[in-house]
Amino acid sequence: MATPHERGRPGDPVRDDSPVVRPEREGTRAVHPGREDARAVRPVRDGILLGLAVGVSGLAFGAAAVSAGLSVWQASALSLLAYTGASQFALAGAIASGGSLLAGATGAILLGSRNALYSLRLADVLRVRGLARLLAAQGVTDESTALALAQPDPAAARAGFGATFAALYLTWNAATLAGAIGAGRVGSPAALGLDVVGPAAFLALIWPRLASGGTERAVAAGGAVIALTLTPVLPPGAPVILASVAALTAVLGGRPDVARDTATEAAQ
Amino acid sequence: MSAMWIAVLATAAGCYALKLTGLIVPERLLASPRLRRFAELVPVALLAGLVAVQAGAKGSALVLDPARLAGLAAAVVALLLRAPFLVVIVVAAATAALLRLAGVG
Repeated sequence: MATPHERGRPGDPVRDDSPVVRPEREGTRAVHPGREDARAVRPVRDGILLGLAVGVSGLAFGAAAVSAGLSVWQASALSLLAYTGASQFALAGAIASGGSLLAGATGAILLGSRNALYSLRLADVLRVRGLARLLAAQGVTDESTALALAQPDPAAARAGFGATFAALYLTWNAATLAGAIGAGRVGSPAALGLDVVGPAAFLALIWPRLASGGTERAVAAGGAVIALTLTPVLPPGAPVILASVAALTAVLGGRPDVARDTATEAAQ
Repeated sequence: MSAMWIAVLATAAGCYALKLTGLIVPERLLASPRLRRFAELVPVALLAGLVAVQAGAKGSALVLDPARLAGLAAAVVALLLRAPFLVVIVVAAATAALLRLAGVG
C-alpha cells in the first residue's frame, strides 16, 4: 500500500517519540503557506462545524430515549452528564427492550471505555493539569479526539478540542431536548445527509495518519475489518471497542522501535 | 429516587469516570514506549472501526445503504483532491442528501 516516497523520510513521524502532535502532518492537510493565523482559526472553525453537524443526531437520541420509557428530564440528564452517544443509545436500547436496568447501565458504561483509550492519548496532546482535567474529561468524545489529533501542534489541538467540545455539547443537548419533546418527528436528519457527516469527518480526520505510515494503514484496516466482522454477533458499540485489538497487535508485534517497520512490510 | 434515575446517574458517573481515567494516568506510565505507541495507534483503530460500522451497519445488521456509501465515496474523492475538512463533509452530506431526494436508498 505504501508508495516508496512515503517511507523512510527524514524525521519520519513514527520514529519520533515526541509527545506532541507531530508537526509534519500539516503538510498533508490543506495548509496555506504564509498564513500563520489560519493555523489558529482552522481547528476552531472545523470543530464548530463538526459539533453542529454531529450534534443534530441528539434529536434521534432524545426521541429514542423517550420512546424507550425515559422521561424528558432523564434523557436530558444523560446528554448533559454522560455525554457519550454510544453509551446513551445503549442504555435507551436496553430499557426499550425490557432488559434489567443494572445490565443496561453496565453495558452502557462498558461501551464508554473507548473514551478512556482516547483520553490516554489526549493526556499527552492536551497537557491539561489540575482541575482543568475535570472539565476536559467531559469533552472526550470521538469527535473532539479525532479533531484534536489531526492538528499539527498542541496549541491547535487544544483549540480544536475546545471548539468541538463546546459546539457539540451545546448542539447535542439542545437536540436531545428537542427530540425528547417530539421535534424529531418533523424531519429526518438522514434526509439532509447528516448521518454521513460522522463517518466522513472521522475519515477526513484520520486521513493524515493513514498517509503517515504503513503501520497506521494496517491498524486502520484491521480496526475496520474487526468492527464489521463482529457487528452481527455482538451488541452495538462493542465491535468498535474491540477494533482496538488492531492497535494492540501492532504494538505487541515487535519491539516498539521496530514495530512500525515489521507492520509496514506486513501491510504490503 | 426511582430505579430509572439510578440507572441514568450510574451510567453518567461511569462514563465520566472512564473519560477521566486516561487524563489522570501517571506520566511515568505513559513513558513506557509500548504504552505510548499503543495510545498513539488506538484512536486510529477505533475511529476506523467507527467509520466502517457507521458506513456499513445499522444496529447489528450489515447493510448497504447506497446513498450513505456514495456520500462516503464522495468524501474519499474530496480527500484525494486534498479538499479542506469543511468541503469534505459538506460534499459527503450533500451527495447523500441529493441521492435520497432522488429516491435512492
